[in-house]
Amino acid sequence: MQTNTAAFFTQNKKTYDVEKIRNDFPILKTTVHGKPLVYLDNAATTQKPQYVIDKENNYYKKYNANIHRGVHALSQEATEAFEESRIIVKKFINALGKNEIIFTRGTTESVNLVASTYGRENINEGDEIIISHMEHHSNIVPWQMLCQEKNAKLRVIPINDDGELIFEEFEKMINNRTKFISVVYASNSLGTVNPVKKIIDLAHSYNIPVMLDAAQAVNHLPINVQELDCDFLAFSGHKLYGPTGIGILYGKVNHLDAMPPYMGGGDMISKVTFEETTYNELPHKFEAGTPHISGAIGLGAALEYIEKIGLENIARHENELLIYATEAVSDLTGLRIIGTAKEKISVLSFHFENVHPHDVGTFLDFEGVAIRTGHHCTQPLMKRFNIPATSRASFGMYNTKEEVDLLVAGLKKILEVFG
Amino acid sequence: MDQELRELYQQVILDHNKAPRNFRKIENPSRFAEGYNPLCGDHLDIYLSFDNGNISDISFQGSGCAISKASASLMTSMLKGKTKEEAEKIFHRFHDLVTGKLGDDPDIEDLGKLAVFAGVREFPARVKCASLAWHTMLNALEGKQEKATTE
Repeated sequence: MQTNTAAFFTQNKKTYDVEKIRNDFPILKTTVHGKPLVYLDNAATTQKPQYVIDKENNYYKKYNANIHRGVHALSQEATEAFEESRIIVKKFINALGKNEIIFTRGTTESVNLVASTYGRENINEGDEIIISHMEHHSNIVPWQMLCQEKNAKLRVIPINDDGELIFEEFEKMINNRTKFISVVYASNSLGTVNPVKKIIDLAHSYNIPVMLDAAQAVNHLPINVQELDCDFLAFSGHKLYGPTGIGILYGKVNHLDAMPPYMGGGDMISKVTFEETTYNELPHKFEAGTPHISGAIGLGAALEYIEKIGLENIARHENELLIYATEAVSDLTGLRIIGTAKEKISVLSFHFENVHPHDVGTFLDFEGVAIRTGHHCTQPLMKRFNIPATSRASFGMYNTKEEVDLLVAGLKKILEVFG
Repeated sequence: MDQELRELYQQVILDHNKAPRNFRKIENPSRFAEGYNPLCGDHLDIYLSFDNGNISDISFQGSGCAISKASASLMTSMLKGKTKEEAEKIFHRFHDLVTGKLGDDPDIEDLGKLAVFAGVREFPARVKCASLAWHTMLNALEGKQEKATTE
């Protein structure tokens, strides 16, 4: 098991040794129903390497203290580790400054933060907000709530049968009432990677800000927010091998400066009297209360871990698995792949003509294979494809072709029982 | 197949999943109710006709997993000709069975074919699948307008 940081960092970046990576993840040695765990539910959450577990543990074991207050040694050490993570995040997505990196509870909170602050300030009656048909509920509901409150209109970019955005429809949708666009970078249900740069460029030519839900993109695609020129970007720690309960909102500093605070409380103030309060500077203005300190430290560690393996190496490996799996399932009777976009992350959603996804999920569980079955928090998308749910296998850095074979063998058994 | 899995997916359940009974719409039913499982997005419609206080006809439509489809199929077969009170009593017995309240070795002779759902108690995530049709039927019996959910 990889616990020695120095040894880990000398790992050769160029070779992709999946067995060595698997050894870094203690949970992969677990058995389920007597079979070795085959974890193919990475789009729901990823497993954590020992390096992340140790970093989070060490905070509690060695320097647990509150941050940004107190002059004692532990508090300073904790503050440094917390702020160091912010810098790691800043570098990971190439933000201009660390004050553009806000720690939140996750992607959902990041979207809600923007809808409640930027949205409330800038969206008025009759305005329009554009999202897409493949959004997760977390990038639908906050905007719907805002539209209801402001009497604004939510507009939805349609998708084609392959699960790709119809760009021409998006172009037609933009008008002088369009005030905000929030789209998913990569779809959790379909795997589709959207042409976000094209969307942003077009939106900016009309001076419309764009937010990206990058929850599913950030662990598969290198992200450079300055190059993308997105106005806001959100992601979660737990989908990139980090802890749950911690996420990021990136925002351009001019937007964040102009926005009112999201929550009031400690840490987000510089001066409080009963008459009035002056708010703290960025990023603390948006971080009221004691944050998830160990989570932030764990997220920083996860990004370090990813960087050492190399995101491009991971993406290449995952893409090989996706191609292999797509081909392997394509001749199974009655199986239809949901999401056949040209550009995809390693998500394979499918639907059997005669077997419900829940039955698929239960049967595979007894083979030790963990996949997701359900609507994946994308009910409008399920309706678009006229199905109640899909079965979804999603691959991470530690998955192997042998695991794909076990998935396919499990699916064949199911067809024997239900055929 | 694993023993526990075989207990859940008994042949009767697989048969009813493949060829569900009473899988149709009743025109002008006395009662109608919609069921919904937010966990998986499954929808189910229950149609009911009364004649002299007896359920003269009962049917269902919708989509669901093998457990929920077989449960609806067997339920409709079982409840035809029963009174409201009898149907309610069977509902409670069935519910106790799938939630494990009848223990590990339940005496369920009175439940007839419904006994095949005994294996569900080992699968907490699937209890809702087995009970959706029943909750919906109960709403229909009571003439409740709101959608039955398993939440």
